[in-house]
Amino acid sequence: MEPFVIAGRSFNSRLMVGTGKYESLEVMREALDASGAEIVTVAVRRVNLDARETSILSYIDLQRYTLLPNTAGCHTAEEAVRTARLARAAGLSNWIKLEVIPDDGTLLPDPIATVEAAEILVKEGFVVLPYTTDDHVVARRLLEVGCAAVMPYGSAIGTGRGLEAVERIARIVDEIRGRVPVVVDAGIGAPSDAALAMETGADAVLVNTAIARASDPVVMARAMRLAVEAGYLARRAGRIPRSSVPSPSSPEAGVVGRS
Amino acid sequence: MGVGEVMCVRIRLNGKDVSLPDGMTVLDLVRHYELDGEPVAIERNGQIVDRQAFEGEVLQDGDVIEMVRFVGGG
Repeated sequence: MEPFVIAGRSFNSRLMVGTGKYESLEVMREALDASGAEIVTVAVRRVNLDARETSILSYIDLQRYTLLPNTAGCHTAEEAVRTARLARAAGLSNWIKLEVIPDDGTLLPDPIATVEAAEILVKEGFVVLPYTTDDHVVARRLLEVGCAAVMPYGSAIGTGRGLEAVERIARIVDEIRGRVPVVVDAGIGAPSDAALAMETGADAVLVNTAIARASDPVVMARAMRLAVEAGYLARRAGRIPRSSVPSPSSPEAGVVGRS
Repeated sequence: MGVGEVMCVRIRLNGKDVSLPDGMTVLDLVRHYELDGEPVAIERNGQIVDRQAFEGEVLQDGDVIEMVRFVGGG
Protein backbone atom coordinates (compact mmCIF):
# COMPACT_ATOMS: atom_id res chain seq x y z
CA MET A 1 0.00 0.00 0.00
CA GLU A 2 1.08 3.53 -0.64
CA PRO A 3 1.78 5.46 2.55
CA PHE A 4 -1.23 7.02 4.22
CA VAL A 5 -0.49 10.71 4.59
CA ILE A 6 -2.48 12.73 7.07
CA ALA A 7 -1.61 16.19 8.39
CA GLY A 8 1.75 15.94 6.69
CA ARG A 9 2.69 12.71 8.45
CA SER A 10 3.13 9.43 6.71
CA PHE A 11 1.80 6.11 7.97
CA ASN A 12 1.87 2.57 6.64
CA SER A 13 -1.44 1.45 8.08
CA ARG A 14 -4.83 2.57 6.83
CA LEU A 15 -6.60 1.03 9.80
CA MET A 16 -7.10 3.29 12.80
CA VAL A 17 -8.34 1.63 15.96
CA GLY A 18 -10.18 2.74 19.06
CA THR A 19 -9.26 1.73 22.58
CA GLY A 20 -12.72 1.55 24.17
CA LYS A 21 -14.94 -1.38 25.13
CA TYR A 22 -12.27 -4.07 25.44
CA GLU A 23 -12.76 -6.70 28.11
CA SER A 24 -9.28 -5.99 29.41
CA LEU A 25 -6.31 -3.77 28.72
CA GLU A 26 -4.27 -6.84 27.89
CA VAL A 27 -6.71 -7.84 25.15
CA MET A 28 -6.72 -4.26 23.90
CA ARG A 29 -2.95 -4.24 23.66
CA GLU A 30 -2.90 -7.53 21.73
CA ALA A 31 -5.68 -6.40 19.41
CA LEU A 32 -3.90 -3.15 18.63
CA ASP A 33 -0.78 -5.13 17.83
CA ALA A 34 -2.66 -7.55 15.56
CA SER A 35 -4.39 -4.70 13.77
CA GLY A 36 -1.16 -3.11 12.61
CA ALA A 37 -2.72 0.23 13.45
CA GLU A 38 -0.46 3.20 14.02
CA ILE A 39 -3.09 5.74 15.06
CA VAL A 40 -5.24 4.93 18.08
CA THR A 41 -7.98 6.99 19.67
CA VAL A 42 -8.48 7.69 23.36
CA ALA A 43 -11.09 9.61 25.30
CA VAL A 44 -10.62 12.40 27.85
CA ARG A 45 -12.35 11.96 31.20
CA ARG A 46 -12.30 13.26 34.74
CA VAL A 47 -9.90 11.42 36.99
CA ASN A 48 -11.76 9.12 39.34
CA LEU A 49 -11.15 10.60 42.78
CA ASP A 50 -12.46 7.57 44.67
CA ALA A 51 -10.31 4.84 43.20
CA ARG A 52 -6.90 4.70 41.63
CA GLU A 53 -7.29 3.42 38.09
CA THR A 54 -4.62 1.97 35.86
CA SER A 55 -3.59 4.37 33.16
CA ILE A 56 -4.52 3.12 29.73
CA LEU A 57 -1.32 4.69 28.48
CA SER A 58 0.68 2.04 30.30
CA TYR A 59 -0.78 -0.36 27.71
CA ILE A 60 -0.16 1.88 24.69
CA ASP A 61 3.43 2.17 23.50
CA LEU A 62 3.70 5.81 22.52
CA GLN A 63 6.86 5.08 20.54
CA ARG A 64 4.78 2.86 18.32
CA TYR A 65 1.35 4.50 18.27
CA THR A 66 0.22 8.02 17.49
CA LEU A 67 -2.40 9.06 19.99
CA LEU A 68 -5.59 10.66 18.73
CA PRO A 69 -7.63 12.04 21.65
CA ASN A 70 -11.33 12.44 20.98
CA THR A 71 -14.09 14.72 22.22
CA ALA A 72 -16.52 11.86 22.74
CA GLY A 73 -19.35 12.71 25.11
CA CYS A 74 -19.45 16.36 24.11
CA HIS A 75 -22.93 17.55 23.20
CA THR A 76 -22.04 21.02 21.99
CA ALA A 77 -19.30 22.79 20.10
CA GLU A 78 -18.35 24.60 23.29
CA GLU A 79 -17.90 21.35 25.22
CA ALA A 80 -15.89 19.86 22.38
CA VAL A 81 -13.57 22.87 22.17
CA ARG A 82 -13.09 22.76 25.94
CA THR A 83 -12.29 19.05 25.89
CA ALA A 84 -9.93 19.42 22.95
CA ARG A 85 -8.00 22.12 24.82
CA LEU A 86 -7.70 19.85 27.84
CA ALA A 87 -6.57 16.97 25.65
CA ARG A 88 -3.82 19.10 24.17
CA ALA A 89 -2.82 20.44 27.57
CA ALA A 90 -1.93 16.90 28.65
CA GLY A 91 1.07 17.39 26.44
CA LEU A 92 1.03 14.42 24.11
CA SER A 93 -0.72 15.57 20.97
CA ASN A 94 -2.35 18.49 19.21
CA TRP A 95 -4.38 16.07 17.11
CA ILE A 96 -8.05 15.84 17.95
CA LYS A 97 -10.82 13.59 16.76
CA LEU A 98 -13.67 16.06 16.94
CA GLU A 99 -17.01 14.60 17.96
CA VAL A 100 -20.03 16.76 18.68
CA ILE A 101 -22.92 14.44 19.43
CA PRO A 102 -25.98 16.07 20.99
CA ASP A 103 -28.11 12.94 21.51
CA ASP A 104 -26.75 9.99 23.43
CA GLY A 105 -29.63 7.93 22.03
CA THR A 106 -28.69 8.24 18.38
CA LEU A 107 -24.95 8.98 18.72
CA LEU A 108 -25.17 10.88 15.43
CA PRO A 109 -23.09 14.03 15.05
CA ASP A 110 -24.36 17.59 14.81
CA PRO A 111 -22.79 18.67 11.54
CA ILE A 112 -23.33 22.38 12.12
CA ALA A 113 -21.75 22.35 15.56
CA THR A 114 -18.95 20.18 14.20
CA VAL A 115 -18.06 22.73 11.53
CA GLU A 116 -18.21 25.55 14.11
CA ALA A 117 -15.96 23.71 16.56
CA ALA A 118 -13.60 22.63 13.78
CA GLU A 119 -13.12 26.20 12.65
CA ILE A 120 -12.25 27.34 16.18
CA LEU A 121 -9.86 24.47 16.79
CA VAL A 122 -8.07 24.81 13.45
CA LYS A 123 -7.45 28.49 14.25
CA GLU A 124 -6.01 27.43 17.61
CA GLY A 125 -3.52 25.19 15.86
CA PHE A 126 -5.12 21.80 16.35
CA VAL A 127 -4.94 19.06 13.75
CA VAL A 128 -8.66 18.39 13.45
CA LEU A 129 -10.08 15.05 12.32
CA PRO A 130 -13.84 15.56 12.44
CA TYR A 131 -16.32 12.74 12.89
CA THR A 132 -19.16 13.74 10.63
CA THR A 133 -22.27 12.74 8.73
CA ASP A 134 -22.19 11.23 5.24
CA ASP A 135 -23.25 14.53 3.70
CA HIS A 136 -20.81 15.70 1.05
CA VAL A 137 -21.62 19.36 1.60
CA VAL A 138 -20.73 19.09 5.26
CA ALA A 139 -17.51 17.39 4.19
CA ARG A 140 -16.84 20.32 1.87
CA ARG A 141 -17.37 22.80 4.72
CA LEU A 142 -15.07 20.86 7.02
CA LEU A 143 -12.37 20.92 4.38
CA GLU A 144 -12.93 24.66 3.86
CA VAL A 145 -12.37 25.43 7.54
CA GLY A 146 -9.09 23.56 7.47
CA CYS A 147 -9.66 20.06 8.79
CA ALA A 148 -6.90 17.53 8.18
CA ALA A 149 -9.33 14.81 7.17
CA VAL A 150 -13.03 14.14 7.00
CA MET A 151 -14.41 11.14 8.85
CA PRO A 152 -17.94 10.27 7.78
CA TYR A 153 -19.82 7.50 9.53
CA GLY A 154 -20.75 4.27 7.83
CA SER A 155 -23.58 3.96 10.35
CA ALA A 156 -24.07 4.99 13.97
CA ILE A 157 -21.36 4.25 16.52
CA GLY A 158 -21.48 0.74 17.89
CA THR A 159 -24.27 -0.48 15.63
CA GLY A 160 -22.10 -2.63 13.37
CA ARG A 161 -24.46 -1.93 10.49
CA GLY A 162 -21.71 -1.26 7.99
CA LEU A 163 -22.06 1.33 5.27
CA GLU A 164 -25.71 2.32 5.25
CA ALA A 165 -25.27 4.60 2.24
CA VAL A 166 -22.32 3.55 0.12
CA GLU A 167 -23.16 6.06 -2.58
CA ARG A 168 -22.95 8.90 -0.07
CA ILE A 169 -19.46 7.84 0.95
CA ALA A 170 -18.58 7.66 -2.75
CA ARG A 171 -19.96 11.17 -3.21
CA ILE A 172 -17.76 12.43 -0.37
CA VAL A 173 -14.73 10.78 -1.97
CA ASP A 174 -15.61 12.57 -5.23
CA GLU A 175 -16.19 15.86 -3.43
CA ILE A 176 -12.91 15.81 -1.53
CA ARG A 177 -10.87 14.69 -4.56
CA GLY A 178 -7.95 13.55 -2.45
CA ARG A 179 -7.24 16.95 -0.90
CA VAL A 180 -7.46 15.41 2.57
CA PRO A 181 -7.99 11.80 3.60
CA VAL A 182 -11.50 10.43 3.85
CA VAL A 183 -11.72 8.03 6.79
CA VAL A 184 -14.87 6.00 7.31
CA ASP A 185 -15.39 6.06 11.06
CA ALA A 186 -18.22 4.38 12.99
CA GLY A 187 -20.55 1.56 12.25
CA ILE A 188 -18.05 -0.86 10.74
CA GLY A 189 -19.29 -4.29 11.85
CA ALA A 190 -17.30 -6.82 9.90
CA PRO A 191 -14.13 -6.81 7.82
CA SER A 192 -16.28 -6.86 4.67
CA ASP A 193 -17.58 -3.42 5.69
CA ALA A 194 -14.03 -2.14 6.03
CA ALA A 195 -13.12 -3.60 2.65
CA LEU A 196 -16.19 -2.00 1.08
CA ALA A 197 -15.24 1.39 2.51
CA MET A 198 -11.79 1.10 0.96
CA GLU A 199 -13.21 -0.15 -2.35
CA THR A 200 -15.49 2.88 -2.34
CA GLY A 201 -12.44 5.10 -2.20
CA ALA A 202 -11.95 5.82 1.49
CA ASP A 203 -8.31 6.39 2.39
CA ALA A 204 -8.61 4.66 5.76
CA VAL A 205 -11.13 3.34 8.24
CA LEU A 206 -11.48 3.70 11.98
CA VAL A 207 -12.81 0.71 13.88
CA ASN A 208 -13.50 0.23 17.57
CA THR A 209 -16.57 -1.78 18.56
CA ALA A 210 -16.26 -4.32 15.74
CA ILE A 211 -12.87 -5.34 17.11
CA ALA A 212 -13.29 -4.76 20.84
CA ARG A 213 -16.61 -6.59 21.07
CA ALA A 214 -15.89 -9.41 18.65
CA SER A 215 -15.80 -12.84 20.23
CA ASP A 216 -12.07 -12.86 19.52
CA PRO A 217 -10.84 -9.29 19.25
CA VAL A 218 -7.27 -10.23 18.39
CA VAL A 219 -8.28 -12.38 15.43
CA MET A 220 -10.84 -9.79 14.34
CA ALA A 221 -8.17 -7.10 14.46
CA ARG A 222 -6.07 -9.15 12.08
CA ALA A 223 -9.07 -9.71 9.81
CA MET A 224 -9.73 -5.99 9.71
CA ARG A 225 -6.13 -5.36 8.78
CA LEU A 226 -6.38 -7.80 5.88
CA ALA A 227 -9.73 -6.37 4.79
CA VAL A 228 -8.39 -2.83 4.64
CA GLU A 229 -5.50 -4.01 2.50
CA ALA A 230 -7.80 -6.05 0.26
CA GLY A 231 -10.16 -3.14 -0.23
CA TYR A 232 -7.29 -0.78 -0.93
CA LEU A 233 -5.82 -3.09 -3.55
CA ALA A 234 -9.23 -3.72 -5.08
CA ARG A 235 -9.75 0.01 -5.51
CA ARG A 236 -6.44 0.29 -7.29
CA ALA A 237 -7.12 -2.81 -9.34
CA GLY A 238 -10.36 -1.45 -10.77
CA ARG A 239 -13.33 -3.76 -10.23
CA ILE A 240 -15.69 -4.88 -12.98
CA PRO A 241 -18.98 -3.05 -13.19
CA ARG A 242 -22.22 -4.49 -11.84
CA SER A 243 -24.06 -5.68 -14.91
CA SER A 244 -27.55 -6.98 -15.57
CA VAL A 245 -26.25 -8.91 -18.56
CA PRO A 246 -24.72 -12.29 -17.74
CA SER A 247 -21.71 -13.34 -19.80
CA PRO A 248 -20.08 -16.76 -19.67
CA SER A 249 -16.58 -17.17 -18.35
CA SER A 250 -15.90 -20.29 -20.43
CA PRO A 251 -15.77 -20.39 -24.27
CA GLU A 252 -19.06 -21.00 -25.97
CA ALA A 253 -17.60 -23.00 -28.86
CA GLY A 254 -16.43 -26.62 -28.73
CA VAL A 255 -18.84 -28.01 -26.17
CA VAL A 256 -18.87 -31.84 -26.45
CA GLY A 257 -21.92 -33.32 -28.20
CA ARG A 258 -23.10 -30.02 -29.56
CA SER A 259 -24.35 -30.28 -33.22
CA MET B 1 -9.99 30.41 62.97
CA GLY B 2 -9.46 29.01 66.44
CA VAL B 3 -6.21 27.83 68.01
CA GLY B 4 -5.25 24.33 66.81
CA GLU B 5 -7.57 24.31 63.76
CA VAL B 6 -5.94 23.14 60.54
CA MET B 7 -6.21 25.72 57.78
CA CYS B 8 -7.72 24.28 54.67
CA VAL B 9 -9.09 25.27 51.32
CA ARG B 10 -12.37 24.08 49.98
CA ILE B 11 -12.38 23.48 46.26
CA ARG B 12 -14.71 21.83 43.80
CA LEU B 13 -12.74 19.09 42.10
CA ASN B 14 -14.29 17.12 39.28
CA GLY B 15 -17.72 18.11 40.50
CA LYS B 16 -17.13 17.14 44.13
CA ASP B 17 -16.48 19.35 47.15
CA VAL B 18 -13.05 18.58 48.52
CA SER B 19 -11.16 20.01 51.48
CA LEU B 20 -7.41 20.22 51.16
CA PRO B 21 -4.59 21.60 53.29
CA ASP B 22 -3.94 25.27 52.72
CA GLY B 23 -1.01 26.03 50.51
CA MET B 24 -1.43 23.02 48.22
CA THR B 25 -0.39 23.67 44.68
CA VAL B 26 -1.81 22.11 41.55
CA LEU B 27 1.28 19.91 41.44
CA ASP B 28 0.60 18.78 45.00
CA LEU B 29 -2.93 17.94 43.92
CA VAL B 30 -1.70 15.82 41.03
CA ARG B 31 0.72 14.03 43.35
CA HIS B 32 -1.95 13.55 46.01
CA TYR B 33 -3.99 11.54 43.51
CA GLU B 34 -0.86 9.68 42.40
CA LEU B 35 -1.03 11.04 38.87
CA ASP B 36 2.38 12.60 38.52
CA GLY B 37 3.58 9.69 36.39
CA GLU B 38 1.00 10.13 33.68
CA PRO B 39 -0.28 12.81 31.34
CA VAL B 40 -3.04 14.84 32.95
CA ALA B 41 -4.64 18.15 32.18
CA ILE B 42 -6.00 20.68 34.62
CA GLU B 43 -8.53 23.42 34.20
CA ARG B 44 -8.80 25.93 37.01
CA ASN B 45 -11.80 28.24 37.08
CA GLY B 46 -12.33 27.65 33.39
CA GLN B 47 -8.74 28.22 32.33
CA ILE B 48 -6.26 25.56 31.28
CA VAL B 49 -3.29 25.42 33.64
CA ASP B 50 -0.03 24.89 31.74
CA ARG B 51 1.88 21.88 33.02
CA GLN B 52 4.91 24.04 33.71
CA ALA B 53 2.73 26.17 35.95
CA PHE B 54 1.44 23.30 38.13
CA GLU B 55 4.07 23.91 40.77
CA GLY B 56 3.43 27.62 41.04
CA GLU B 57 -0.37 27.66 41.22
CA VAL B 58 -1.58 27.65 44.80
CA LEU B 59 -5.15 26.45 45.25
CA GLN B 60 -7.58 29.00 46.67
CA ASP B 61 -10.87 28.63 48.50
CA GLY B 62 -13.68 28.25 45.99
CA ASP B 63 -11.50 27.11 43.09
CA VAL B 64 -13.30 24.94 40.56
CA ILE B 65 -10.88 22.39 39.18
CA GLU B 66 -11.25 19.86 36.41
CA MET B 67 -8.57 17.20 36.38
CA VAL B 68 -8.65 14.85 33.41
CA ARG B 69 -6.69 11.98 31.97
CA PHE B 70 -6.86 9.73 28.92
CA VAL B 71 -9.02 6.62 28.99
CA GLY B 72 -10.15 4.09 26.42
CA GLY B 73 -12.40 5.42 23.72
CA GLY B 74 -13.27 5.23 20.04
